[in-house]
Amino acid sequence: MNFLYTLFQDGGAAIISSTTAAFALAAIGLNVHFGYTGLVNIGQAGFMLLGAYGFAIVVEQGGGILLGVLAGLAAAAVFALILGIPTLRLRGDYLAIVTIAAAEIIRIVGGDQSLAPLTGGVAGIPNAKYSDQFIALSPFPKAGLFTFGPWTYPYSAGNSWWLSLVGWALALLAALVVFLLFRSPWGRAIKGIREDEDAVRSLGKNVFAYKMQSLVLGGVIGALGGIVFVLGASVQPDALGRTTTFLLYTVLLLGGAATVLGPILGSFLYFIFVVWLQDVVAQFVPSTVMNSSQIPQFTYILVGAGLMLLVIFRPQGILGNKKELSFGA
Amino acid sequence: MPETTDWSSETYDFDRAALRAKLRDVPQEPGSAKPQPILTVDNVVRRFGGMTAVEVEHLEVQRGAITALIGPNGAGKTTFFNLITGFDRPSSAKSRFGGGQGPFATWRFQGESLGATSAFRVARTGMVRTFQLTKALSAMTVMDNMLLGAKDQPGEHMLAALARPLWRKREAEIREKATDLLARFKLDTKAKDYAGSLSGGQRKLLEMARALMSDPAMIMLDEPMAGVNPALTQSLLGHIQDLRDQGTSVLFVEHDMHMVRHISDWVVVMAEGRIVAEGPPEHVMQHQAVVDAYLGSHHDQDLGDDSVLDEDFAAAVADEDAERAEEKA
Ligand SMILES: Nc1ncnc2c1ncn2[C@@H]1O[C@H](COP(=O)(O)OP(=O)(O)OP(=O)(O)O)[C@@H](O)[C@H]1O
Ligand SMILES: [Mg+2]
Repeated sequence: MNFLYTLFQDGGAAIISSTTAAFALAAIGLNVHFGYTGLVNIGQAGFMLLGAYGFAIVVEQGGGILLGVLAGLAAAAVFALILGIPTLRLRGDYLAIVTIAAAEIIRIVGGDQSLAPLTGGVAGIPNAKYSDQFIALSPFPKAGLFTFGPWTYPYSAGNSWWLSLVGWALALLAALVVFLLFRSPWGRAIKGIREDEDAVRSLGKNVFAYKMQSLVLGGVIGALGGIVFVLGASVQPDALGRTTTFLLYTVLLLGGAATVLGPILGSFLYFIFVVWLQDVVAQFVPSTVMNSSQIPQFTYILVGAGLMLLVIFRPQGILGNKKELSFGA
Repeated sequence: MPETTDWSSETYDFDRAALRAKLRDVPQEPGSAKPQPILTVDNVVRRFGGMTAVEVEHLEVQRGAITALIGPNGAGKTTFFNLITGFDRPSSAKSRFGGGQGPFATWRFQGESLGATSAFRVARTGMVRTFQLTKALSAMTVMDNMLLGAKDQPGEHMLAALARPLWRKREAEIREKATDLLARFKLDTKAKDYAGSLSGGQRKLLEMARALMSDPAMIMLDEPMAGVNPALTQSLLGHIQDLRDQGTSVLFVEHDMHMVRHISDWVVVMAEGRIVAEGPPEHVMQHQAVVDAYLGSHHDQDLGDDSVLDEDFAAAVADEDAERAEEKA
């Protein structure tokens, strides 16, 4: 009974967490790329990282929170343009290669010591250097804890209710934008492009412009996810690397690509799965077999296997449309 | 061609007999000048390695006519379509950086030069094509396929897409138009089905109906009747004639000589990339160049002979011929 309560508590915590919201946001962006438009972006973590750097650096240099957010989003938009201009006219595979390489470049440059005055090098930028103004915006008490049911967090500082609230509000807003866009004629053209660009071209639609808009939109939502992520952590280049992108794909495929709420549901399920796994291992597996420091690695193995099973047995994800997939090209 | 040509409907030959009378005076030779060319093509050459797939020195397509483009397999008809609709670039295109030697490929559609125009812009000028290998968007419904073919939908712009009131009215209009067209193409019962569930012939029909959604000035059909059953072919032929009578020029590729003979006002014959003959359907089949081009499978029979035709269709053609004779009398 006690164990079930632990599961309940930890599962709830996973849902409340701003990290879950950050991943949901980044996965919504990836969904715009991959799910709806068919753009294989393997560098979504790079967009997150750019958002995070743009935001943290501008705020740290005294630019203010609004300017910081704009800088982060603008950086991602420019990044999308730079990646898109040479590749979006080519076959899809080229975008995949370029995005993974470009995301790595961002990560490596971010960690480079020569830029340490700005980026903090490998150590990154500590949370305290850019989060003050965000905390100051909180309508709740600036200090102290708030307890809701079994969950206790600070009102405003650090991993707070305030941050979770903002993170999830942004995720819902992004989902709303996606919903509005993809029920519109714009979304219809995008879905057509996913299937057959030439058919859409023959109907007089500027396919390149549509793909570029999608790449920028998804990238900007990803950058927003990056900002939410670092508000609950610190800016560290290695925390947003290739692994993050693969986790985002897991989240997306789990929830269901090309669905509005799929990325959010996928993010819930993924993080609940991770904590529950830790709980189960901690409860039932003797530490001689597996100790706590091995749990994360074990989690990744299971996630990898789970992703394979998912793609084989339920490729449309939980919310996805099986029919649409089976008629797809 | 003079820039002052009047492209309004006033100069359009709605009366087919008048048009045919005009065409009777056109010399029956490759590249002959037409009284009102809607499309004028010069020096379009396409080489694949050492092989020359298309080499058209001059071609004019009469406005308001149904022009058939025929020729044996591999004659270069589809490649020619691809070239003038912007899906492929002529080897003889003027290089963007200057250099190369002429004569360079040029072509004008309704007085507008299209030499270096991307495919979607070509479609927007009013020249819409279909594909020999159909490009139905399988994971979209038949209705969505149709709606995508419409033009002037403000909701196809990203920002306008967010606000439904901006595009709802236009959406209703094009939906009504799509419903009409689907009914004419006997696809109305399929409107809600995924296009991927259609049969091969139905996809041809869908593609043709979809191309008509934008009210093109000229429609280019690449083997529209391949795989369509004879009864439906009959009604489609009628439909193509209606289109013409309402103001759409038609250029189509077809192997079925009887269909060619039945509906076309003018026939252009291609062989090995070149235009080898032109003329009205009654006469062109007897040209020595045409017989030579087809030599092999058909050389022992008149290419327009009704005896190769299946009976139902022959009867239908005969009926219509009789009707026409009656009308004249
Ligand atoms: N992408 C390509 N690469 C190389 N050769 C090509 C290519 N496309 C077409 N060809 C060649 O160009 C020639 C003309 O092909 P095209 O498809 O235009 O013929 P077609 O007249 O449409 O024939 P069909 O009636 O069979 O459809 C053929 O010999 C073909 O092999
Ligand atoms: Mg062909």
